[in-house]
Amino acid sequence: MDFSIASILLLDGLTNGAIYALLGMAIVLVFTVTRVIFIPQGEFVAYGALTLAIFQTGQVPGTVWLLLIVAAVAALMDLAAGLREGRGAGAALKAGLRTFAAPAVIAAVSAWAAPHGLPLPVQALLTVCIVTAFGPLVYRVAYQSLAGASTLVLLIVSVGVHLAMTGLGLLFFGAEGFRNPPFWDVRFAAGPVNFSGQTIIIFAASAALIVLLWLFFERSLYGKALRATAVNRLGARLMGISSQSAGRLTFAMAGLIGALSGLLIGPTTTVFYDSGFLIGLKGFVAGVIAGLSSYPGALLGALAVGVIEAFGSFWASSFKEVIVFTIVLPVLLWRSLRSGPDEEH
Amino acid sequence: MKLTRTALAAVLLAAFGAAHADITIGVVQPLTGPASGLGIPVKNAIALWPKTIAGENLKVIVLDDASDPTAGVKATQRLITEDKADVIVGSTATPVTIPMADVTAESGTPQLSTAPAGLPPGKDKWLFRLPQSNGVMAFAMVNHMKKQGVKTVGFLGYTDAYGELWLKDFSAVAERNGIKVTGVERFARADTSVTAQALKLTAANPDAILIVASGSGAGMPQKAIIERGYKGKVYQTHAAATRDLMRTAGKDADGTFVVSGPAVIAEQLPDSHPSKQMAIAFVQQYEKAYGPGSRNQFAGHGSDALVVLEKAVPIALKKGKPGTPEFRAALRDAFETMGRTVLAHGVLDWTAQDHWGYTNETGVMLKVVNGEFKVEQ
Repeated sequence: MDFSIASILLLDGLTNGAIYALLGMAIVLVFTVTRVIFIPQGEFVAYGALTLAIFQTGQVPGTVWLLLIVAAVAALMDLAAGLREGRGAGAALKAGLRTFAAPAVIAAVSAWAAPHGLPLPVQALLTVCIVTAFGPLVYRVAYQSLAGASTLVLLIVSVGVHLAMTGLGLLFFGAEGFRNPPFWDVRFAAGPVNFSGQTIIIFAASAALIVLLWLFFERSLYGKALRATAVNRLGARLMGISSQSAGRLTFAMAGLIGALSGLLIGPTTTVFYDSGFLIGLKGFVAGVIAGLSSYPGALLGALAVGVIEAFGSFWASSFKEVIVFTIVLPVLLWRSLRSGPDEEH
Repeated sequence: MKLTRTALAAVLLAAFGAAHADITIGVVQPLTGPASGLGIPVKNAIALWPKTIAGENLKVIVLDDASDPTAGVKATQRLITEDKADVIVGSTATPVTIPMADVTAESGTPQLSTAPAGLPPGKDKWLFRLPQSNGVMAFAMVNHMKKQGVKTVGFLGYTDAYGELWLKDFSAVAERNGIKVTGVERFARADTSVTAQALKLTAANPDAILIVASGSGAGMPQKAIIERGYKGKVYQTHAAATRDLMRTAGKDADGTFVVSGPAVIAEQLPDSHPSKQMAIAFVQQYEKAYGPGSRNQFAGHGSDALVVLEKAVPIALKKGKPGTPEFRAALRDAFETMGRTVLAHGVLDWTAQDHWGYTNETGVMLKVVNGEFKVEQ
């Protein structure tokens, strides 16, 4: 191990860490606002990368049809809920249509665009739209009616959603993996370190997203409402913030972050239908290091996970995953010693 | 009244007796689930089998194991107890075929496994494997390395059973031929980066690097090594001998050496290769039925199972009638004693000690040239 090897490993670790950071922050975001431990976050990554890969082959990705089906189910649930609450048929129908409209438009545009072989950025944009649209629908179908349930119940639902999404991924994308073309195909040499254009895009996009999230939470009304919900759900409701729309917005953001992560990671590695779980789990480790509550903590934790992973695979590649997931144990021990038994509110 | 009942029973018995004279072949394959890509080609190849072997009618029953060991065991039990299968073909999913072997051994039914199932010694008395063992493939690879003047090899393989078995088999063959394995690195299919492993391997600068990965998983380590600026030779195993390698590694796959079974590259085989005729016959028949380019490794095993049966059944028929335990035992003995058999996938020679049985004439070395596989002469 000399300086040049260390710098290459560091760059590799930070590149992966930047992706884990995005996922870690999404997991923290979803947990603070809705108390859902969102295990399927990684599936959004795989869906993003693979949807783009299928667009590249000129076919309509299976996720488009899934989006339509899930949107229809969510719309029916909204309709039924509206009727049950006695808000009148017209209002209930309107609520259902509002849920169905955006995904339907996205699905229609995607189905039309797929065989036309549009340029890569356009296909990437469509991919982001499709996967982001899944976010609120997943929340509506799986979590909304359980908003008051305990964290454990929500965790169990998360495991179910994860298994369902992995299985559907196999159905849509097949067992073989895909590698996407890079968005910027150049290489720079800086001493021993070899930057590729994609590395720079990953860093730039991650940094930009983090700044945007910060601006969103600090400056916008919606962001402040989400923060209020995270701090005190009941209090926020009393102030007129709907916890349902907060949940949908949070999940839309989780979908957006997942889709972007998938687009970023697609050109650097082969993504399989089940790759998302392990990537998401590393984001989750980063979130746990941050106690599922602090965004800067998640960022630092994710970068640490990436770097430890890179050095771990250099020194003992057979034990890499063991090393990465063992980091959680001392962190949990330290947290439990510091915080005491009172956790559930 | 009593008389008619007896007559009816006699007629039924005769009918069943006649049905039992057919040779019943139970096929258990993953037709759904994650391994369906492996099982469906086998089923397709079996659908092209003739209706008779050695003058006896064939009754082929295909059941789906859904890539699930429990379903595979259930299907096997059904085929043995209800359909009185004389031989079981399957499964192509290794985790399914291994528990099936317990059922076939207990009932004394020979099993032709289309997966490279590793069983503890003594457990494979009734199990015969149609795929090539890693050792046979490593033999072809090491021979090629010797010709290329390779003295040291770095190993970059999966952290699973496939990687482990290759390391064991390859190291043994390489050592006998004076080739040293200088570095061993691992990665998982789902890993997002193998840069660190590639760094460590290329730093030692071995003459060649062997990548042990399958399908589209072989692309990422290939790219990582080339991106590190490695200039030596890169070898890949027969699990990577598909177009997925070029699809995921692009132009970085160029110049890679890949070992393969002969069936899938029939037309390119040198005339001296013993399997050439069989391989061309298989490819022509299969692609006529399922379209050009549809050939693959697993369909070859389905087609080869017939060749094995056509040789063994006449020998076994001398000792017993189909549907009886004697016939099944005779069939098993025939597999062991029938000797050298040329298949589309190589030359088979099962013995009492060795139920893997391909000879070292089997493996073929390919080189990726401009995104296509070319046979190395």
